[in-house]
Amino acid sequence: MEKLFLSGNEAIARGIWEAGVHVATAYPGTPSTEILEAVRFYKEIYCEWSSNEKVAVEVAQGASMAGARSFAAMKHVGVNVAMDPLSTFSYTGVNGGFVFVSADEPGMHSSQNEQDNRYLAKFMLIPLIEPADSAEAKAMAIMGFDISEMFCTPVMLRTTTRVSHSKGIVEAGERKEHDVKGFEHDWTKWVVIPANARKRRTVILNRLKQLEEYSNECPLNYIDPGSGSDAKIGIIASSIAYAYAKDVFPDASYLKLGFTNPLPFKLIAEFAKTVDQLIVLEELEPFMQEQLLAAGFKVLGKEIFPREGEILPEILLDSLKKAAKSSLIAIPADHPIHKAEAEVIKPTDFDLPRPPTLCPGCPHRASYYSLRKYKPIVTGDIGCYTLGVLPPLSMMDTCICMGASVTNAVGAFKGLHGTDKVEPVVATIGDSTFIHSGITGLVDAVYNQANLTVIIMDNGTTAMTGGQQHPAMGKSIRNEPAPKLILEDLCRSVGVRRVTVVDPYDFEALDKVIAEEIKADEPSVIITRRECVLDRLRFGPKVVPYIVDQDKCVGCKKCIGLGCPAIVTVDVTVNGKKKVKSKIVEFLCTGCSLCAQICPVSAISIKEESK
Amino acid sequence: MSEGKNVLLVGVGGQGILLASEVISQAAMNDGFDVKKSEIHGMAQRGGVVSSHVRYAERVYSPLIMKGTADVLVSFEKAEAYRWLEYLKPGGMIVTNTTEIIPPVLNVLGKEYPHDILDRMKKQGLKVVVVDASDAAEKLGNPRAMNMVLLGAISDLLGFTAETWHSALNMRVPKKHLDLNLKAFEEGRKLAKAS
Ligand SMILES: Cc1ncc(C[n+]2csc(CCOP(=O)(O)OP(=O)(O)O)c2C)c(N)n1
Repeated sequence: MEKLFLSGNEAIARGIWEAGVHVATAYPGTPSTEILEAVRFYKEIYCEWSSNEKVAVEVAQGASMAGARSFAAMKHVGVNVAMDPLSTFSYTGVNGGFVFVSADEPGMHSSQNEQDNRYLAKFMLIPLIEPADSAEAKAMAIMGFDISEMFCTPVMLRTTTRVSHSKGIVEAGERKEHDVKGFEHDWTKWVVIPANARKRRTVILNRLKQLEEYSNECPLNYIDPGSGSDAKIGIIASSIAYAYAKDVFPDASYLKLGFTNPLPFKLIAEFAKTVDQLIVLEELEPFMQEQLLAAGFKVLGKEIFPREGEILPEILLDSLKKAAKSSLIAIPADHPIHKAEAEVIKPTDFDLPRPPTLCPGCPHRASYYSLRKYKPIVTGDIGCYTLGVLPPLSMMDTCICMGASVTNAVGAFKGLHGTDKVEPVVATIGDSTFIHSGITGLVDAVYNQANLTVIIMDNGTTAMTGGQQHPAMGKSIRNEPAPKLILEDLCRSVGVRRVTVVDPYDFEALDKVIAEEIKADEPSVIITRRECVLDRLRFGPKVVPYIVDQDKCVGCKKCIGLGCPAIVTVDVTVNGKKKVKSKIVEFLCTGCSLCAQICPVSAISIKEESK
Repeated sequence: MSEGKNVLLVGVGGQGILLASEVISQAAMNDGFDVKKSEIHGMAQRGGVVSSHVRYAERVYSPLIMKGTADVLVSFEKAEAYRWLEYLKPGGMIVTNTTEIIPPVLNVLGKEYPHDILDRMKKQGLKVVVVDASDAAEKLGNPRAMNMVLLGAISDLLGFTAETWHSALNMRVPKKHLDLNLKAFEEGRKLAKAS
């Protein structure tokens, strides 16, 4: 058997291919994005970047109705967006098997919250499966479809960042074709008018009972007995926490759970009999612990392990040590875990921040620089352009969730309207985010006559998540030509009369438009159009950097105010006096010319010209 | 089968850390080890801090190295090793490049880059091998091969034979860069031996 070295995400892609999936959809989102990026190399699978997660699930749902095995992937907050079709999908059940990935983010490496989506599986009364590594990710992706079809239900496959982004050895299998069954013409199942939905509700409550039984027998849940005196400590664990624990505390007894909704209560009772003490190890919320307590089991969990962030190996170890010290758990004083990690070197004399910043030449920068002059309320949104919040630009007041920039702006306008606290309101939103969920907000703004300015920062890609295609690019997920959504036409068609397209590399033009549109007495849209600088560096012409003429520079630091990583200050001595002047780090400069355009003394110019 | 190891590779975005950790993983696989590897990408794009954990042994569960247990800490940038010292096991080996990549924000924040970091590490009695990897790569005609020089420099510490390394490089490095990368790897071996 061929051995592959795959990330959890790549393993899931491989798994759904082997499972004979026909249709796979997603909207990008860390840490789930690489799943569809890998799926697109399997030609047997139709795949698409959908315009948002709700769309992705509904497309996959349609494919399931048609009898095809179908799949959708999203990050944890993406599931919020897709909850509407998902929660009723639970009622209808499937025709072709359907599995979706919820990629959760304990630790919030690049997310806005740390929500624990296991609760959503319970809430929707559907099975939940959780791999701990890549090999399991592939196996569970395949098994998810069998479970889906066996019990006629959508299945949630939940990963966390570490499962999605860590690599491990996976054995390659072959694709097993599953013929498309054909559309299921059964209106009593698929049309959820109340009369039907009431019947379906009974069906799915029965399904839940069967799933409870299955959970006890499912091979994804098994007892992994320990050895020596540690074997009397029983740890119930799932997902990546199991992997950490097996290395940190190898001799304990484990109940490894891969199928975590509904929980296998019989199996847990059996396990409990073999140990002196039961501990639940789970990242984030006490999802399993609460249920076990309610069922009458004596268990510890969040008394030992943190509820926030990841339970990294050293945190796990530390938690166990502390719990042993305070006699919460019985670990003898001479146990080796007390000695582990005693000598870690903790340097305190190190302060070298490397924060994320807008790239040198990022087309988003100029809009925030211009907005600083007018100081409106800026409701922001999620993407690279959120970095406009950081100093020195510091030009964003809010950022909540995809699309909220536009609607928060409507509300801010309405809230202030007619009071003495009126301020102009500007929403900044990326092109992909606008398509994801900004459009309906714009319709609302026009319909309800909110006087706001929406800046659509159109860099021609979904940059934040690594540059995925979207409908306004004219390219499919496989880079094939696709019909192109024209953003300005769309904005006009929903009733915005003031729509301007401007090049953010032309600062004077951009600044003029922003000044005018903020003053306008009706909703307006500015589309700042310029390709993402990373795409320009990859595919564009050779970069010619800019340089600062130190004789002309007066040290006013206007250019420093752009927050461009390529511009730094240097100490120079002029006529015996110390002065601070600007300097451009040539290898970082991408030649966008913004600094040259705003320099009041024309001290910055393109390198060749000054030669 | 030799002993397993925990190797932590650190640096900043765009330094070729991920390819280096792929080659190590491949070498370990070729020698029949179980391997796990983990890295955080996301906000840490260009210029951000990057780290890659590689663990191999007969059976590996956790893809993350626990603090205090890294056998080898490889730093692609001069000061970055210091950020990750907590991961090094007592007596563990540090191999570091000498290139300084100075974050531009230091200017805005009024902070200094720690140019004396290598001395600080040596004063603390840490085992440090210093390799002018970027310099060596540049002399070979491509500064980007720096990652392979460093890989060569740690090659003796990881317990794989030259044969294992070469087959791993063959499998993981794009064909058109293979020659240069092999040379860079050998140069790294020499430099580490000499230091
Ligand atoms: C509901 C939801 N789905 C996905 C994401 C992940 N995500 C964050 S920003 C972003 C895309 C941003 O692209 P765009 O709006 O074009 O801005 P850019 O990063 O290109 O500036 C995505 C997909 C999220 N945060 N929330």
